[in-house]
Amino acid sequence: MYDAPKTAESTVSQNEIKFDCRDCQVWYGDTHAIKDVNIQIEDNTVTSFIGPSGCGKSTFLRCLNRMNDTIDVARVEGQFLLDGEDIYDRKVDPVQLRAKVGMVFQKPNPFPKSIYDNVAYGPKIHGMAKNKAELDEIVERALRRGAIWDEVKDRLDQPGTGLSGGQQQRLCIARAVATEPEVLLMDEPCSALDPIATALVEELIDELRTRYSVVIVTHSMQQAARVSQKTAFFHLGNLVEFGDTGEIFTNPNDPRTESYITGRIG
Amino acid sequence: MTDASIDTAPAAGGKGSLLGSDARTKKRNAAEKRFRLYGMAAIAIGLFFLLVLFVSIIRSGAPAFTRTVVDVEFTLTQAEFEAAESELFKTKAYSNLFIQKLKSQLDAAGVEAEFDESAIERLLGKVGSTLREFYRANPEQLGQPVDFELAASSRVDGYFKGRVSRDTLQDSRFLQVSDLDLVDRLEEAGVIRQAFNWPFITGADSGVDNPGGAGIGASVVGSFFMMLVVLALSLPIGVAASIYLEEFAPKNRWTDLIEVNISNLAAVPSIVFGILGLAVFIQFMHLPQSAPLVGGLVLTLMTLPTIIISTRASLRAVPPSIRDAALGVGASKMQAVFHHVLPLAMPGILTGTIIGLAQALGETAPLLLIGMVGFVARGYPDGFIAGFTEPNSAMPAQIYTWATRADAGFYEKAWGGIIILLAFLLTMNIIAIILRRRFERRW
Repeated sequence: MYDAPKTAESTVSQNEIKFDCRDCQVWYGDTHAIKDVNIQIEDNTVTSFIGPSGCGKSTFLRCLNRMNDTIDVARVEGQFLLDGEDIYDRKVDPVQLRAKVGMVFQKPNPFPKSIYDNVAYGPKIHGMAKNKAELDEIVERALRRGAIWDEVKDRLDQPGTGLSGGQQQRLCIARAVATEPEVLLMDEPCSALDPIATALVEELIDELRTRYSVVIVTHSMQQAARVSQKTAFFHLGNLVEFGDTGEIFTNPNDPRTESYITGRIG
Repeated sequence: MTDASIDTAPAAGGKGSLLGSDARTKKRNAAEKRFRLYGMAAIAIGLFFLLVLFVSIIRSGAPAFTRTVVDVEFTLTQAEFEAAESELFKTKAYSNLFIQKLKSQLDAAGVEAEFDESAIERLLGKVGSTLREFYRANPEQLGQPVDFELAASSRVDGYFKGRVSRDTLQDSRFLQVSDLDLVDRLEEAGVIRQAFNWPFITGADSGVDNPGGAGIGASVVGSFFMMLVVLALSLPIGVAASIYLEEFAPKNRWTDLIEVNISNLAAVPSIVFGILGLAVFIQFMHLPQSAPLVGGLVLTLMTLPTIIISTRASLRAVPPSIRDAALGVGASKMQAVFHHVLPLAMPGILTGTIIGLAQALGETAPLLLIGMVGFVARGYPDGFIAGFTEPNSAMPAQIYTWATRADAGFYEKAWGGIIILLAFLLTMNIIAIILRRRFERRW
């Protein structure tokens, strides 16, 4: 595995593959939720998953950091290679994986603790800071990356649940980046936010792209078009089409994709 | 759906004025009003019964907290002591000295009364032996004035509390009408009076013939030790079991079976746990009979299902998004549970625990079977640790014992015991509420 230098100039086409998923299948009990999905997710790229409700995009996203392990009836097959290593290998501890592949959820879910503790929790349990000063530094850096530092720097000891919805979601993003992940998964991060908060988060996603590979599930096609470089369209558990966002939205290959983005199905 | 287009159906929005309400609305409003009245009536009935309960408990129980005592200032010189000790009937000598003293005290108060030794014995019991024991134990008090507060017999006590009157005196062996005249004289002289009944709160149970000397203190201690055992065992075991079942255990036939069994255990009559405790803890494991340790073990068995059920409910009430958030930043399952889920579930767990403990505190039936009932407590057990293994009683069992005794004096003791039991329960609940507040404040 060779290490490509991650420079700002590197263009989309030169990005290395972060996630290589082959023949992925997911069952919920008897329901075949994901069927034969093959997808390659690039580093330093925002990849968006779109599709109608129940098409499996969130399920697939949750496979990428093994959050489906917490669901008893879920069964996952296929290869999910993160930097060439199968994340479903027996030797892989999901705890370590999740530190590498962070996740932001649909509903902002800060811990009912202080803003500081929310961000500091991940670094603490992973032993990233030797002392309080280092931890302070990590928290500040994460909150700055989450574009929320200026709003909360004077009230770090106040509960994270007391923030507004948009602030809470950015706090959750800050919490996710505090553990220095390589991939950031976002499950409809803006569905509970108003347009102004959404704009802030989208701007943030674009900045995050310089450091991480970002995968975002969204119901809003406009959002997918605005923030992502790559788009994948899921329908009934199948990956129908995957390609450059511009291509998908202007010149889709599959008639189902076209029907969806023009609003005829979904 | 062709019905929707039939225009004969009355329109809900309708024409008609908004200022007047139509028949249907009136009917609905009336139903709502009726329901509110039912609710208020239900609450009023509940409050009424609560009030009746409290009034009757306090009215019947309050007399247990006072007792009748005779105050005598008594001085015994060294010479008198030696003289009394050299006689054949030593206690008789002491009681003669006491009678002399009492007579002089009445004369000083200007009250005339005639009484003999047997009358004094009916009133105050064996005064002579009380005095003798005191001076033999405390010879340094000889020659100095000592205030004796002697408890009057329970019938004299009953006379003061209205339980006994001249008409109801039947068995003259215990009390005669002339004795009541003497009591009146003594009261006139200010020798006999009502005092707060400390021995009731601090003392131990007495024999069936001495209701006046019976106290609940020993069984309060017994109940306290039992609660310590129950808390120390059922809280950690119950919480660990619920966390495992709720967060870690796979959902399969076995865990379903366990779940059903736990729910069933919560409904098992407590006497079953009692006989189980008798068979396992006492007959098989040979733990001491009548000991708070065994009582606590039996009550733990009974409390566990309650704690498990309520703990699981409060764990389930923690939103799954919190677990997701913790797992999402790379916490292990155990970290997610102990750092985030458990603190949020803590108030609910405490509520369940206190309900379980309150239930255990009031439980009598299983204690009957392991012998924690009856006249066992001869004073307090020695030392704190021994208190777990030495015979004792528990409050509800003690109340039950008193309630079954014939003497009317025990009746008020039983009610008084209930007041102490409720006070104990209230203290426990207040501690739980304070703890819960503290946990809640930590969000």
